[in-house]
Amino acid sequence: MPLDKPYEDIPGTTIFDADMASKGFHLNQFCMSLMKAENRESFKADQRAYLDQWPMTEAQKEAVLARDYNAMMALGGNIYFLAKIFSSDGLSFQYAASTMTGVSEEEYRAMMLAGGRSPEGNLYTKEGS
Amino acid sequence: MASISAGVFTSHVPAIGAAMDNGVTGDDYWRPVFAGYEYSRQWMKDNLPDVIILVYNDHASAFDANFVPTFAIATGETFQPADEGWGPRPVPAVQGHPALASHLAQSVIQDDFDLTVVNSLDVDHGLTVPLSLLFGQPEEWPCKVIPLAVNVVLYPPPSGARCYALGQALQRAVASFDEDLDVQIWGTGGMSHQLQGPRAGLINSEFDNNFLDRLVSEPGDLAKVPHIDYVRLAGSEGIELVMWLVARGAMNQQVEQRHRFYHVPASNTAVGHLILENS
Repeated sequence: MPLDKPYEDIPGTTIFDADMASKGFHLNQFCMSLMKAENRESFKADQRAYLDQWPMTEAQKEAVLARDYNAMMALGGNIYFLAKIFSSDGLSFQYAASTMTGVSEEEYRAMMLAGGRSPEGNLYTKEGS
Repeated sequence: MASISAGVFTSHVPAIGAAMDNGVTGDDYWRPVFAGYEYSRQWMKDNLPDVIILVYNDHASAFDANFVPTFAIATGETFQPADEGWGPRPVPAVQGHPALASHLAQSVIQDDFDLTVVNSLDVDHGLTVPLSLLFGQPEEWPCKVIPLAVNVVLYPPPSGARCYALGQALQRAVASFDEDLDVQIWGTGGMSHQLQGPRAGLINSEFDNNFLDRLVSEPGDLAKVPHIDYVRLAGSEGIELVMWLVARGAMNQQVEQRHRFYHVPASNTAVGHLILENS
């Protein structure tokens, strides 16, 4: 019997479950390597060559090069692992979050200051938000 | 005998640590956050324990995708701040309490909680930001800290009920330690937040305030809330709140609330904070 995944109808959300973790294992382990300063330097010097040392899919590598965080998550990346990429880029969590929502960092920051994204209309995909 | 005297509950947003490390706590954005901890810093001075059992989650720092322990207790002597991609935070190393930590591990494992035992562990913002919030920027942390890491990164985390029951087992285990020690238990993480995907930025202050109410008055019932309610209503990362139930479980049924604070936002997150003393 397949596992019940009641979280699949939460809009705009990827739950990092065991299936996603399996898909994203090498992508996430690449991210972990960026916790060492010397690895960050090698990655910055030649990103493609650094990525080619990891048994990741071409789609995962392209998503990293494009800094497309939604694509990385769809390919099994987890946000706490992916945080190593934007931290290595010297960018904040708030900036990274804004890129995932399709608004500018200023608009995103203003939304947070105004109390954040409302739950209203954002709890079920069938609400069509 | 050792006993748990109080519980401290707080969010552990990394940007709060960065604000302290970069000396910008007095600016318009951060002042209201730190104002909510002024009472707490005085309370900590007046109620400094010997040991804190600090329940937190590792954010892919010490534990990578290769090993994911659901519950892990750290029995080492010293824990260094982790390099999370921008260099380690400029905070003191954390001093552990190997004797109490080993006693807790041995006790709760025999009480059916199969903890992973860790010796070497670099501690990330999940553990160091609460220490910074409550102690400021001392040369050394003023007491020992036992890290207790809960997996909330790989779904599913342990259930709220399991976390609450682990807390109850920890309270029993502390009480059976021979040395006279004043122990606090801290629960960290939350409150509502979502850091990923098009729904990033979700905040649910109604959920959060209800959680704060019930954590004090009816924690056993609160522990029955299923995972799906956290991730749907409080955001994919709001599920960190199950860690507060470990700490609440380690306290008496009846508690005195000394302090409560709630603020939106700190970066992407709602900040919540409680100080409870055992009655």
